Amino acid sequence: MYSKTVEIGVGVFVAMGLAALLMLAMKVSNLAELTAADGYQVTARFDNIGGLKVRAPVTMSGVRVGRVTQIDFDDSTYEAVVRFSIDPRYMRIPLDTSASIYTAGLLGEQYIGLEAGGDENFLADGDEITLTQSAIVLEQVIGQFLYSKAAEGGS
Amino acid sequence: MIEVLRRFGRTGLRFFERLGRGNIFFLHVLAGVPALVLRPTLVIAQTWSVGVRSLIITVVSGTFVGMVLGLQGYNTLVDFGAEESLGVVVALSLVRELGPVVSALLFAGRAGSALTAEIGLMKATEQLDGMEMMAVDPLRRVVAPRFMAGVISMPLLAAMFSAVGVLGGYFVGVGLLGVDEGAFWSQMQSKVDVYEDILNGVIKSLVFGVVVTWIAVFEGYDTVPTSEGVSAATTRTVVHSSLAVLGLDFVLTALMFN
Amino acid sequence: MTRPKPLVAVKDLNFRRGDRLIFDGVDIEIQRGKITAIMGPSGTGKTTLLKLIAGQLRPDAGFVSVDGLEVHSLSREQLFLLRRRMGMLFQSGALLTDLDVFENVAFPVREHTDLTESMIRNLVLMKLEAVGLRGASHLYPRELSGGMARRVALARAIALDPMMVMYDEPFSGQDPISMGVLVQLIHRLNDALNLTSIIVSHDVPETASIADYIYVLSEGKVVGEGTPEELGRSRSEWVMQFMHGLADGPVPFHYPAPEFFDDLMAEPLR
Repeated sequence: MYSKTVEIGVGVFVAMGLAALLMLAMKVSNLAELTAADGYQVTARFDNIGGLKVRAPVTMSGVRVGRVTQIDFDDSTYEAVVRFSIDPRYMRIPLDTSASIYTAGLLGEQYIGLEAGGDENFLADGDEITLTQSAIVLEQVIGQFLYSKAAEGGS
Repeated sequence: MIEVLRRFGRTGLRFFERLGRGNIFFLHVLAGVPALVLRPTLVIAQTWSVGVRSLIITVVSGTFVGMVLGLQGYNTLVDFGAEESLGVVVALSLVRELGPVVSALLFAGRAGSALTAEIGLMKATEQLDGMEMMAVDPLRRVVAPRFMAGVISMPLLAAMFSAVGVLGGYFVGVGLLGVDEGAFWSQMQSKVDVYEDILNGVIKSLVFGVVVTWIAVFEGYDTVPTSEGVSAATTRTVVHSSLAVLGLDFVLTALMFN
Repeated sequence: MTRPKPLVAVKDLNFRRGDRLIFDGVDIEIQRGKITAIMGPSGTGKTTLLKLIAGQLRPDAGFVSVDGLEVHSLSREQLFLLRRRMGMLFQSGALLTDLDVFENVAFPVREHTDLTESMIRNLVLMKLEAVGLRGASHLYPRELSGGMARRVALARAIALDPMMVMYDEPFSGQDPISMGVLVQLIHRLNDALNLTSIIVSHDVPETASIADYIYVLSEGKVVGEGTPEELGRSRSEWVMQFMHGLADGPVPFHYPAPEFFDDLMAEPLR
C-alpha cells in the first residue's frame, strides 16, 4: 500500500505545487517589487490627479523608477497630496524635477512621469516636488478646445 | 395543501438533522487530525490518491482554460488597442476566480467522488465496523488522513492550475498572436497584487478544499451501506460540493475583493 | 445449578430498532473456554446481539457484561481497551481491501503495539500458519475465495491473542470443504488458544458438531437452550422445527396474509 513510488510522487507533487505558488508570487504578481520597494518617499501636490490610483507606476524617461504609495486630499489648500516611493537605486534625481500625470494610451491607466531638472542637489526621503502638472481631464480639454474655436470664429 | 406543507417541513427537518450530523462528524475528524503528525505515512499515502491522481486533469484543464482566456481576451482587447493588458486579464481571471473555482470543481468530480465511493464501500463491506471491532477508530484511521490529504492538495492543485493557465495564456497571446512579451509580463506584474489577488486566491482554494473534502468524506461515512446507497452518495458529493464551491465563491469574493 | 462466573452475561436485554422489538428480555450466559452457539432463523437479530456485546449498539434496557465490565457504562477509551481483548469475525470477512493478506493480519498489531518489524513478521506468519494460509500472505482480498477470506479474517481476529472470538455466520455460503475447514479451525483454535468462542449461525449440523452449549432465539426471546444433545431431544415444537429444518411449524410457511379465497375475489387495487 505504501511504497517508494508513492513517497517520491507525493514529494514531487508538493514541490510542483509550491513551485507554482512561487511562480505566481514572483513572476505573475508584484511580490518581487514589494520586497524591493523600500525606497525613499517623495511627495508632490497636484491640483487634479484625474484617475491616478495607489500603486500606479512612477516613471522617468519611460522607465519605471517607483510607485505611488498614498493619495490624500489637503483641505486647506484644496490640493491632492500624492506620496510615492522611489527605488533606492535612483538616488541622483535633481531636486527641481517636475512631476506630471500622464495617461498610458488613450484610455489606459494613469501614471506619474518625472522630468529631471538641473539642480545640483538630489531628492531625498521626505522631500517634496514643487513643480507639478495636473492630469489632463478629457472633458476640460474638449471644453477648452471648443471655447478657443468659438473665440477664433468670433474675432 | 397540508400534506405539501408537511412534506416541506419534513424535508427541512431532515436537512438540518443531516447538517448537524455533518458538523459533529467534522469536529470528530478535526479531533483526529493532530494525531496524524505522528503518522505522516497515512497522509502521504492518501495525498497520492487524492492529490497526485488529480494532477493530470488539473494541469490539462488549466492549460486549456488559460489558452482560451488568451484567445478571448485578445479578441476583446484588440478592439481597444489594449492588447498589452492581455497578461493582466489572463492572470487576474485565473488567480482570483478560475483557478480556485474550476480546480475545486474538477477536484470534486475526480477526488471527491472517489473518496465518497471508497469510504462508502468500506462501510458497505463492513470494513469500518471491522476496524471499530479491532478497537481502531475509523474516523481517525480512515477519514482523518483522507481529509488532511484533501485540504493539503487543493491549494497546490489550484496554484498549479493558475500557473499553467498563465503559461497557456502566454503561449497563445505572445507565441501565436504576437503580443509584446515584455508588456505581457510587466503589465501583469504591475496589476496583480500578491496579497490582494494571489493570497486571497490561495485562501479561497483552501476553503474549497476543506468544504469539498468534508462533504466527500461525510457522504461516504454517512452512506446507506448498499450499492445503491454508495452510488447515490457519490452523486450527492459531486452535486453538493459543486454547489457549495460556487456559492462560497460568491460569498468569499464579496468579502475579499470589496 | 451452580456454574462458574460466565465471561459474558446478558441480562434481560431489550432492544428495538424503529418500531420493531428485536430483543425482548433475553438472558444469555457464555462460559469461559467453551464454544457457545447462538442460533435462530435469519432476521432474529443474531448479528445485532454480537454488536450489543461488543458495545457497538446500545440496548434499550437490561445490561451486558464482559469479563466483569458492564459494556455500556464504559467510556470510549475503556471500551476500546476491552475490544482489544475481543476478536470478531464478520460474515463478509471485512478485510481491508487496499491491504494484502499479510498487512491485514498485521493491521491490529501495528495499530496497537510498538513491536519491531521482524517481531510483527514472525507474529503474523505464525497466525497465518495457524489458519493454513501462510503461503497466501502476498495476495489481496479480491484474489481470495470466500472461505480463505474468512480464514484470513480469523487470523486477524486472533492476532492480538484475545480472550474471546465472536463468529458472525462463519459457515453461511461456504462449500462443504471450506465449511469443514472452518468448523475444524474454530474448534482447534478454541482449545489451543484457550479462547472463549461465540458462534452466531443458522447452520445446524456444523454448529451443533462443535458447540458446547446452544441458545436458540426466535422473535426476540430465547426459546431453547442446552447442549446439542439436549436440544436434539427437545420437545419444544419450535426447537424441533429449527433443529430439524421442517418447512412448517410454529414458524409458518405463509407470510401473514388475508384468506387466499378473499384475496382472489377482491377487486384489484390500483
